[in-house]
Formats: sequence, structure tokens, C-alpha cells
Amino acid sequence: MADKILKKLNIVVWRQKDAKSKGRFETYAIENISQGSSFLEMLDILNNNLIEKGIEPIAFDHDCREGICGMCSLYINGHPHGPDTEVTTCQLHMRKFDEGDTITIEPWRSRAFPVIKDLIVNRSAFDQILQAGGYVSVNTGGVPDGNAIPVSHEDAEEAMDAAACIGCGTCVAACKNSSAMLFVSAKVSHLAKLPQGQVEAKNRARRMVAKMDELGFGGCTNTGACEAECPKSISISNIARLNREYLSARFSE
Amino acid sequence: MSKFVFTSVGRKFMMSITGLFLLMFILVHLTVNLLMIFDDTGALYNQGAHFMVSNPVIRIVEPVLGLGFLIHIIWSLIITWENWRARPVRYKKATRSEATSWASRNMFILGGLVFVFLGIHLYNFYIKIKFTGSPLLEEVMVGDTNVHNTYLLVSTLFKESILYCALYIMGGILLGLHVTHGFWSAFQTIGFNNKQWLNRLQWVARIYAVLVAVGFSIIPLYFIIRF
Repeated sequence: MADKILKKLNIVVWRQKDAKSKGRFETYAIENISQGSSFLEMLDILNNNLIEKGIEPIAFDHDCREGICGMCSLYINGHPHGPDTEVTTCQLHMRKFDEGDTITIEPWRSRAFPVIKDLIVNRSAFDQILQAGGYVSVNTGGVPDGNAIPVSHEDAEEAMDAAACIGCGTCVAACKNSSAMLFVSAKVSHLAKLPQGQVEAKNRARRMVAKMDELGFGGCTNTGACEAECPKSISISNIARLNREYLSARFSE
Repeated sequence: MSKFVFTSVGRKFMMSITGLFLLMFILVHLTVNLLMIFDDTGALYNQGAHFMVSNPVIRIVEPVLGLGFLIHIIWSLIITWENWRARPVRYKKATRSEATSWASRNMFILGGLVFVFLGIHLYNFYIKIKFTGSPLLEEVMVGDTNVHNTYLLVSTLFKESILYCALYIMGGILLGLHVTHGFWSAFQTIGFNNKQWLNRLQWVARIYAVLVAVGFSIIPLYFIIRF
């Protein structure tokens, strides 16, 4: 069955020359978009049109275009990664939109994620949080036997579920407080559930939360918006685990 | 350690433990209040109220309760301010995620309204009982002890003013909405939650909230209908 062609769409998009410039919304009309195309393909077509007219194309982040790299972002019609659930923007299809729709595209909004250009924000704050404690220290030497350390199936599954976080920043974008707690809790949890993560558990929770606060993210008020919008459906039960880890680390000081 | 209470998790920890303490207080308060609708002479309620002012344990807990309220209110201001600062540029088209509850997104507003109600409530009763006194409070005999006629003070307010009745019903409902989120959120913040318990806690929160909202509203309603 052939995909339906959307004859006309209005795209309202945030344009900002660079980090220092003041941005504004621009409206562009786009015609004949197949519902079978992806959202980013629609933006590619729009950019081609803009280039032909001599207008600077819209800058947006993207890389793998198969939902695993965490590079694409975009706050589309009030939802990070658009109106679909459990997908990233690159996996979002135009069949989620209708003829004549006005689509508003904004960058992630957070003090910790400053806009670099148009729809691209600087998400290196996440890297800094990881560098503060999101790792296990390993001595060099022979490769240890993977089965030498017993891990229960349930723990392995839970660790894997937390490790599904691609660090895209949806949780921060969706949260009314711009809180990074879902991200930090996923990164703490996937190590906390495994024996290898126990050794540095206390310092990890302490340092990652301290870094998160320092970078200007807000605090968690448990609304659950992050879990609802997360493309990988990371559970807020990880946030309870992070709270547990952090509080026990602080109280044992 | 002193900095702990100002970290993002520490701030919420303060809200959580004071909130849990206030949740317990509310249940005690509601229990005593409900004595009002089981005895129209007021003797039962007066006895309950007398117990609350004379019991040494309650007298010790009273300043702690005041402190609990104070911390809960001050920290809510700090948290709201910090969270507001975390997003300097707002969205043009903001999310109204269907998956989040209205109460969870508006805890500060709900709390603020409960705070306004609390001010009026303290002015109506607490200040009169503790400090200024009132002709309605004249002592009456219950059994073989002299007690303040707190029942007359409360019942007069509800019998004479439908506006106050409406206000107290509103107060109960607002508090109920506030705790639908506050109850389970407090457990989440201290780390007592996981995938199994999330649903359970949210259900207990709903039951608790209905109990509080209906429990407090039923008293002015009783006076409207009966008198």
C-alpha cells in the first residue's frame, strides 16, 4: 500500500545563529511529504528547499538514525522525540502527523544544556556526570573469566534494562524541573545491580549527584514525566535506587 | 554533612521526612475531629481535645510539629526556586504529559493553597484556644474534670457561616490532592520503592487521600445538613 502524501505542513522551528545570539521562531511551509518518511527525512527535505532558496539550513543533531546512539533530540509539539512513545526522533514517522498540521520544533530547554545553534544543544554535561563516577575501575592484566563472578538472572536483567539508557537527554527535556535524575539513576543502577559495581558504589552515587547539582540541573519531584517520555522506557524505580544509594553513602560519612 | 540538606537529593529528603511526619499528624488530627459527629452534646469531642492539650507526649510533639511545618514550607520554597532556575528559557509549546498527574505537577500551588487555609484555620481555632481565648470557650464539666468547650467554638463557626463550611471542605479537598502525590513521593525519595511497590504505594496514597478529603469535609457537611 502506498503511503499517503501530506500535501502541506507548517513547520515552526527555533532558529538561533550561535550560542551567544538571541533566537527566534521561524515558520516554513513544506509540501508533498510522504507519511512513510521519517521525521528527520522531512527535515532533510525542508533543508534542501531552504538551501535552494539561499536560506541557511536548520541545524539539528543526528547520527545512527536507528534509535541507539542517543544523538537526535528535538522537542516536537510539546514532546521530546515527538508524539510517538518509546521511539527517538529518528524513528518517528510522518504518519504520526496529518494534512495541514503545524509542527512546532524546539531544542531541549535546560540551563545545563545551552543551545549551540538552532536545534542543537550542548549535552556534554551528561559526559561530565559520567566522568564523575559512572564507571568501574579495572586493573590491567589478563582477561578475567566472565562466569567467575555469579550474577542472578534478575539482577542481570535489571542492570541491562538500566543500561538501555542512550543518554539522549529526554528526561531533562521532559521534566518540568530539568532534572537529570532518570539519566543519573540509570547510570548508577546498571552498575549497582552488578557485583563489579559494588566496590565504588558509595563514591559513585556521591560524586555523580554532586556533579549533577553543580552543572545546574533541577531536582526530582517524582512527576514521572521522564519515564513516560523516555525512548527506552527507563523506570523511575531506578530513581528510588539512586536515592537509596546516595542517602546510604551520605549517612555513612 | 551540613551541606547535605541543600543537595538536590538532600532537599527532597527534608521534604520527605517532614512530609511523612505531617501525614501521621493529619491522621491523629482527623481522628479527634471525627469525635464531633458522634456526639451532639460535644462531651466526647471536648474530652478528646482536652486529652490533646494535657497529654505530656502531645505537648512535647507540638513544637516538633511546628518545626516540621516550618521546614516543609521553607524547603518547598528553596526546591521550587532552584527547579524554576534550572530552565531559564521556557518551551513555546509545553508538554502536558497524560502520564503525569495534575497534583504532581502542581504541588507548590496546592501546598500554597493549603498554607493559606492553614493560616485561616489557626486564626479560627488555635490562636483562640492557646492565646486570646473566646467567650465560647468557657469551661464545662466532662465527667469529673473541667475542660474548655472547644466543641462550642467549632460548632458555632460551622453553624453560623456556610462560607466557613465551604472553606473547610475546600481545605480538606486541597489537602487530599496534595497527599495523592506527596504520600508515595515521600517513600520514593527516601529510597523505599521499586517496580512492585510503586503501584502499591500509589494505591495506598489514593486511599489515604480520599480518607483525608472525605474525613475532613464530612464534619462541616454534617453541621450544614443537621443544623
